[in-house]
Amino acid sequence: MGILDSKIPSGPLADKWTNHKNHIDLVNPANKRNIDIIVVGTGLAGGSAAATLAELGYNVKTFCYQDSPRRAHSIAAQGGINAAKNYQGDGDSNYRLFYDTVKGGDYRSREANVYRLAEVSGNIIDQCVAQGVPFAREYGGLLDNRSFGGVLVSRTFYAKGQTGQQLLLGAYSAMNRQINRGKILPFNRHEMMDLVKVDGKARGIIARNLVTGEIERHSAHAVVLATGGYGNVFFLSTNAMGSNVMAAWRAHRRGAFFSNPCFTQIHPTCIPVSGDHQSKLTLMSESLRNDGRIWVPKRIEDAQAIREGKLKPTQLKEEDRDYYLERRYPAFGNLVPRDVASRAAKERCDAGFGVNKTGEAVYLDFASAIMRYGKEKALTSGLKNPDDKTLRELGEKVVEAKYGNLFQMYEKIVDENPYKTPMMIYPAVHYTMGGLWVDYNLQTTIPGCYAAGEANFSDHGANRLGASALMQGLADGYFVLPYTIGDYLSNDIRTGKIATDSPEFDAAEQEVRDRIAKLMGGSGTHSVDHYHKKLGKIMWNKCGMSRNAKDLQEAIDEISNLRADFWANVRIPGSAEGMNQELEKAGRVADFLELGELFAKDALTRNESCGGHFREEYQTPEGEALRDDENFKFVSAWEYKGEPKDAVLHKEDLVYDNIELKTRSYK
Amino acid sequence: MKLNLKIWRQKDAKSNGQMVDYPISGIEGDMSFLEMMDVLNEELITKGEDPVVFDHDCREGICGSCSLQINGEPHGPDRLITTCQLHMRKFNDGDTIVIEPFRAKAFPVIKDLMVDRSSFDRIQQAGGYISVNTSGNTVDANAIPIDKHDADEAMDSATCIGCGACVAACKNASAMLFTSAKVSQYALLPQGQVEATDRVLNMVRQMDLEGFGNCTNTGACEVECPKGISLENIARMNREYFSASLKG
Repeated sequence: MGILDSKIPSGPLADKWTNHKNHIDLVNPANKRNIDIIVVGTGLAGGSAAATLAELGYNVKTFCYQDSPRRAHSIAAQGGINAAKNYQGDGDSNYRLFYDTVKGGDYRSREANVYRLAEVSGNIIDQCVAQGVPFAREYGGLLDNRSFGGVLVSRTFYAKGQTGQQLLLGAYSAMNRQINRGKILPFNRHEMMDLVKVDGKARGIIARNLVTGEIERHSAHAVVLATGGYGNVFFLSTNAMGSNVMAAWRAHRRGAFFSNPCFTQIHPTCIPVSGDHQSKLTLMSESLRNDGRIWVPKRIEDAQAIREGKLKPTQLKEEDRDYYLERRYPAFGNLVPRDVASRAAKERCDAGFGVNKTGEAVYLDFASAIMRYGKEKALTSGLKNPDDKTLRELGEKVVEAKYGNLFQMYEKIVDENPYKTPMMIYPAVHYTMGGLWVDYNLQTTIPGCYAAGEANFSDHGANRLGASALMQGLADGYFVLPYTIGDYLSNDIRTGKIATDSPEFDAAEQEVRDRIAKLMGGSGTHSVDHYHKKLGKIMWNKCGMSRNAKDLQEAIDEISNLRADFWANVRIPGSAEGMNQELEKAGRVADFLELGELFAKDALTRNESCGGHFREEYQTPEGEALRDDENFKFVSAWEYKGEPKDAVLHKEDLVYDNIELKTRSYK
Repeated sequence: MKLNLKIWRQKDAKSNGQMVDYPISGIEGDMSFLEMMDVLNEELITKGEDPVVFDHDCREGICGSCSLQINGEPHGPDRLITTCQLHMRKFNDGDTIVIEPFRAKAFPVIKDLMVDRSSFDRIQQAGGYISVNTSGNTVDANAIPIDKHDADEAMDSATCIGCGACVAACKNASAMLFTSAKVSQYALLPQGQVEATDRVLNMVRQMDLEGFGNCTNTGACEVECPKGISLENIARMNREYFSASLKG
């Protein structure tokens, strides 16, 4: 077991969570009133945790960098949320959701955590409906479901293409109820700059008021980090511009181990990069792969002609197109998991078959779906011998009803009509499975410091299935953390208020001030974005969809040099007093410059391919991922020791008692 | 393309602001409006000047952070999109573009184009929720069937992103569309009925306390709303308010 104690309860898998809840220590209501908890981040995990903790009676302070908790990036999730309700009677169960998630994650997640996630998933839907979340319904008035990649049942609940928005606004409304009661004190436009430890325990944070520039001390008996993922280390991603790793990284520097940083999800269907000015990438929902067929030209000269604008995709005959996913994976076709679809697109584009100016795009074509729906519609409307034009018009209407908002979004960005010409898509960084190491109670390796949602590593292994991020965020926040944290806090009922005038707070605040002064004191050669873009290029080219030892070693050296250059030469205009958006960005990029190196180091250490982590040296003759369970069936947990190159690797061995390890096959 | 930008610069909430001219070139049609602002800021930083401060985050039209009054219209000339989804191909070479913050007494300027919209949060805190504990021990999600039309209509109301375009578009700076969207969402669902009376009275009271103006039915809010929130919501809230007042 070593230094890492995952605290997985004993007993049969299905009874672990119930037994655990029955035996953890509780804090009585009168004592909860004397206990303070800080929650950093107010997305699905943080918002739901804050609301529940406040409702239980704790005094909660929330922190977010946005101007309102409602703007956290959970809001951008489109497709849906999984739950093993089995409303469709298609054989779904907690076990199946558990099994699909572990398999989808390529056997790199913890059995007990994933089973608990499946177990509480149904309750999430009950809770959200009670809160007034307007999920999609059938004509009978009951809830509707759709299906997502990598599974054989319909278990995804949704609210149009805005499921994340509706769930987040549900959590936000639960927070608002507690704010109104005075049980949550919200600190918006505030950023956590450091974690404060007293006697080895997390006892507070140093925060910067982003409007006034003031550095503030906040104490608590426990600190919850629900600060999302670190996809923006790639500069271009589907994350929000402000999404960052600062809070998690500050905790890492104070002793929280960082797990599996190289497990990153690259989503196959995003709108391709159009030029150097690009600031962020936009996702096109996975649901499009139900009806869209992915292809590139068969002949390289056709691809070239398309890139030069001499040939249009619609002019290419059926036999001249390579539907490469259908060709390589006949069983799953266009609905293979995200990691597989992304790699296949990269493989074709690297071989010279890309279809846009940059050579980094493939087609997602709805033409056959439009004709198929058109024929169906003609039949049900009793049309006799309709011509192709009529069929197309009818089909377009059906497709519009299904995906209209996505098609409109695409047209606004690309300025092409996706009903008439195929969409162009390319993979983009979307989600990070890695994060702070936590035990079964979601506690990090720092006592009193917890991590929830995307910020922790626990449930998705090496690849996350669609519609599972929302499930995990709310499971952690509503149903797991508020109870497991009581076990820790039951020892704090006599502690009393934590003072903020202690030497520990003095020292932490001074470090924050020194760091800001150092950032402001750069020689002023280049802007923050200059460094962020350079880092992103290194990450994308050498730590992206496929990796090899040589590139990873180069990435480590290049990032290390870039970091030194950044600290010496960054230019931040204005002052640290008051609003300074460049200073905010600089602090975040500084931490990405450390995380990026650890990311490469983690990828270099993991000599296997699994899920989103593809090492070119470890593949089958057909180019599929080659996992090595004998040597790498573990969670990496890195301990901070100064520079990222000095980080020490600890391993948590993964034990599979209930699932047989197999090679994933989608052929 | 080359453009002449006229941008509101204001040091902080207490200082007076003014319009400042910024000529800019090398703008491409594929850039989003905010990417054009990024280009400007990069130039300003290189020159050693303070970049223009503005709110933005998701850059895909859903978080509601971005604002900007562009040539007199919230989120600019295009319909049903936010500023971050507006692309420069909507403008022509040589255009002058006037960029101001959302203007309202209840949205004080923080700096440049960034305003304080916390008044919106306080309206929600006054009653924009259903008082149900988050224990998960509620009834099964399918225990209460809901008419699909009501559920769909509730969803339409619930898609409000809280950006404040409705307030900025309104000559009275009224927050009726914003407030009514939340009141409507709950009014259309059985779960929202229990607290309906208190909710509408409390939310409207808070809206008035924040200094938003009254509604005179000009409909500008509906036209400028990036999510197409309908005026019907205001009508529904008025009905809810009226019946709550009789009970209350």
